[in-house]
Amino acid sequence: MVQAREIWITGIGLLSSLGEGPDIHMKRLNDGDLPVTDRTLFPPYLLHPLAKVDFDKQIPKKGDQRQMEPWQRIGTYAAGLALADAGIAGNTEILQKTDMIVAAAGGERDSAVDTAILTDLRRSNAPDALLNARLQSDLRPTLFLAQLSNLLAGNISIVHGVVGSSRTFMGEEGAGVSAVQVAHARIASGQSEIALVGSAYNAERHDTLLIHLFDQLCYKDEFVPVFAPGRPDGFALGSMGAFLVLESAPHASARGAPPIARLGEIYSANMRRKPGAITAVLAKFLAEARQKIDPAAAAILSGATGAEPATAEEAEALAEAGLPVRALASRFGHGVEAVFLIGIAIAALAVREGRLFAPMPKVPLEQKTVTSLRQAIVTCIGHWRGEGLGVVEAVQ
Amino acid sequence: MASNGHLDAAGRPVVAVTGMGVVTPLGQGTDDNWKKLTAGQSGIHAIKRFATDGLRTRIAGTVDYLFDRTVLSSELSHAFAQRAAAEAIAQAGIGSKGEFPGPLFCAVPPVEIQWQVWRTLADKCDPDKPVTVGDLIRVTAGEKRNDWHRHFLFAEVAQLIAEEFGARGLPISLSTACASGASAIQLGLEAIRRGECEAALCIGTDGSVQTETLIRFSLLSALSTQNDPPQAASKPFSKNRDGFVMAEGAGALVLESLEHAEARGARILGFITGCGEMADSFHRTRSSPDGKPIIGCMKNALADAGISANDVDYINAHGTGTPENDKMEHVGVTAVFGERAKEIPISSNKSMIGHTLTAAGAIEAIFSLLTITHQRIPPTINYKVPDPAIPLDVVPNVARDAKVRRVISNSFGFGGQNVCLVLAGEPA
Repeated sequence: MVQAREIWITGIGLLSSLGEGPDIHMKRLNDGDLPVTDRTLFPPYLLHPLAKVDFDKQIPKKGDQRQMEPWQRIGTYAAGLALADAGIAGNTEILQKTDMIVAAAGGERDSAVDTAILTDLRRSNAPDALLNARLQSDLRPTLFLAQLSNLLAGNISIVHGVVGSSRTFMGEEGAGVSAVQVAHARIASGQSEIALVGSAYNAERHDTLLIHLFDQLCYKDEFVPVFAPGRPDGFALGSMGAFLVLESAPHASARGAPPIARLGEIYSANMRRKPGAITAVLAKFLAEARQKIDPAAAAILSGATGAEPATAEEAEALAEAGLPVRALASRFGHGVEAVFLIGIAIAALAVREGRLFAPMPKVPLEQKTVTSLRQAIVTCIGHWRGEGLGVVEAVQ
Repeated sequence: MASNGHLDAAGRPVVAVTGMGVVTPLGQGTDDNWKKLTAGQSGIHAIKRFATDGLRTRIAGTVDYLFDRTVLSSELSHAFAQRAAAEAIAQAGIGSKGEFPGPLFCAVPPVEIQWQVWRTLADKCDPDKPVTVGDLIRVTAGEKRNDWHRHFLFAEVAQLIAEEFGARGLPISLSTACASGASAIQLGLEAIRRGECEAALCIGTDGSVQTETLIRFSLLSALSTQNDPPQAASKPFSKNRDGFVMAEGAGALVLESLEHAEARGARILGFITGCGEMADSFHRTRSSPDGKPIIGCMKNALADAGISANDVDYINAHGTGTPENDKMEHVGVTAVFGERAKEIPISSNKSMIGHTLTAAGAIEAIFSLLTITHQRIPPTINYKVPDPAIPLDVVPNVARDAKVRRVISNSFGFGGQNVCLVLAGEPA
C-alpha cells in the first residue's frame, strides 16, 4: 500500500440560507444568529430557503443558467466559489487534471406541468394516451438535463472547465461521506493530486419534500434546534451548496496555495438500524478519532437530521464523548447529500479561526465550548441509512 | 512486472475478474446471452409495459420476463442487479453466503416519483378542483407510505444489494450517465489498487424504461423512431442510423486482486488492466467537435494499462446508433489508432441489446471478457447501409472468430462523461 500523503483543504465554496462565502457564514455562526427559516412555501413544513444570490457572478451565461434547475445552479455557483477560493478558477492547466466527485440527487420536477397534467388526467376517459400526449407537448426538452444526477458535475465542467474526471455519487447522506472519502483516498494514495468535491441541495421543491413526507419525516412546527429537549420529531430541509478543493500537501505547496485546514481520517459504515446501532458505531468512530485529537481543543459538528430515532441515538454517543457539540441542521436545515460537505467546510473554517461558534440557547448538549479550537469532528448519520465521520485539523 | 506476478508494471496489485453475471433483454445469465449475442439475435421489441399511443418511439429492450405485475423502476433495477450479482458471486465462489468480502460499487439510474404514484395521490385530491402542490402535500401527509419513501431514495437499490450479499461498508451508488457501469468498475479497480480491499462487487443496473423517461429521450431526438420491425431499429455505424433504442438490464462483476484470487484457487476469467476517463466541457449532450475528451479517455486508459494502441485487438464500441455518437467515436478511434483504425474490429453490442444506459458499461465489459474467452467477436447487426464517413470494420452482421488478447470498451455519456476500460486475457 502506498504511503498516505497529507491532504489539505485549499478552497471552500459555500452557499446557504445564511448567505454566500466563508465570512458571512462564520460571522452569523459566531454571533449565534437564529437560522433563516420559512413555513409559507409548503405549509406547515419548515425549511431553510436559499439566501438571495446573483447567479451571474459564477454562471455568467444566461444560456447556461436556463439549462439548469435550482439545485444545479446552487452547486455550480458554490463550485465556482471553491475554485476561486483555491486560486485555480480559470487556470486551465490545473483544471484539466482536477478530479471531481459530486454528491447529488436529481430529478427536479416542474410542479406547474405536473399538477396541470394530473388535473386533466382525472377528467379523461383515456388517461394513458393523454399522459403520452401531454408529456410530449408540455415537458421542456432541456428539463431532462436539469434532472439528471450527473448533470451538476456536467455543468461544472462546462461552466468552470473542471475536466480531469467527473463522478457523481448518489444515495442521500452517505453519498456526501463517500464523495469525500473516495477523493481523500485517491489523493492520499497518489491516484490524484487535486480534486473538487461537493454537493448541492435545493429544499424549495415539492417533490423531495413529498419523498420524505411519504415516511412522515418532515418537521412541521416552529423552529426548535436539533438536540433541544422535547423537540418534535422530523427534519427541516435546507437549501445549500458546499464545495471543497482537496489537494495533496506537496501539490498545494508547489503552487504556493495556503491550506485552510487539513482533512484527516474519514470513517464510514452502513449499519443495520437496530436500536442502539447508531450509538455504537459513533462511539467506535469517536474512540478511534479521539486517539488523534486533543480533547481540550476539539469539538464535534453534528450532522444529525432531527429525525428520530437516529437523532436521539446520536445525542447519546455525543454526550458520552464529552466534547463540545454544535448541530449543523439547527443552523442550515437538513441538506441530505450536502450535509457532510457543509460540515467539513464549516469545520475547516472554524479550526482556521481557532474558534468554536456560539451554542444554540436551551440546548444542553451545546453548552460546552473550547477556548482554542484546533480539531473538529464532523458526524453524518443518514436519516435512514449510512453513517460517516470525518476529522478536520488546523495546519500549523 | 514484479517477480511474484501479483503487481503490474506500475507496482499496483493486478486486478482479476472472477465472477460475472448479466441480465439483458436477450435473457438472464452469461451463457444464454453469449449464445444469442454471437448468433446476432436482437432483444428489441414493441413496448408492452405501458401504453405507447401517440409516441414517436414505441420499441425498447425492456426486460419483461421477471415480473407479471406492474412495478416501480427501482424494483426492476434491484431485481436485475440481484440476479446479476447472484450469478457473479456464485461463479466467483467467493466469501460465504451473505458475506461478500469487499465493498459494493453500484451504478443505478436516477429515481424520482413516478406517474403511477402521482396519479394515486391525485386521485385522493378534491375531484372538483384543479390539483395543487398543496393538495399533494396534504394527501401525502395523511398516509404513511414508507415503501414509496424507500423506492424513491437513491440509496435504495445499492442498499438492498449490499444487505442481501453482505458487501462490506457503505455501498456507493453512482451515476455517470451512460458511462455509469464502467465507472463502477473503475471505482472497484482503484480501491483494489489502493490496497483498501481484496475484492469488490461492481454492478451497473437499469430498469428505467417508463413513459416519461422514454419521452424525455425522445424530446432530445436521441431515440430511433424506426418502430417496425423493432429488431432492425438499432443500427450503429450505419448510414441510416437514427438514434439509440432504450433497454434494460444489469451487469455484475467480481473484481479481485490476482494474489487473493490465486490464493483461494479461483478461476480467473480475465483482467481489468486499465481505465481512463476525461470529462468534456463542450456541451451537455454533444461531444467536443475535435473529439479531444474521447481521444483523451482512450489514451489515458492505454497509458494506465501500460500498453499502446497496437496492443489492442478489438474495440467494444459505445456504438449507440445516434448520428452524433458514432461519428464522434469514429473520430476518436481514428485519432488513437491511426492507420489501424480501418482494420481493427470494432462492434456494438447495442445493435442487439439496445442501450442499457446505466448498465451498459458493466454489461459490455462482461461481453468484452467473453470475447477474449471465446476468441469470437460479436457482430454489429442491422449493418445494411454502410456509412462512407465511418470506414471501420464493424464486424457486420455475423460474429467472427479472431485472436483477441486485449479489448478496450468505450462508454460515453451525457454531461461529458467519457470512460474507457482495458480488458485482457493476461495480466500484462
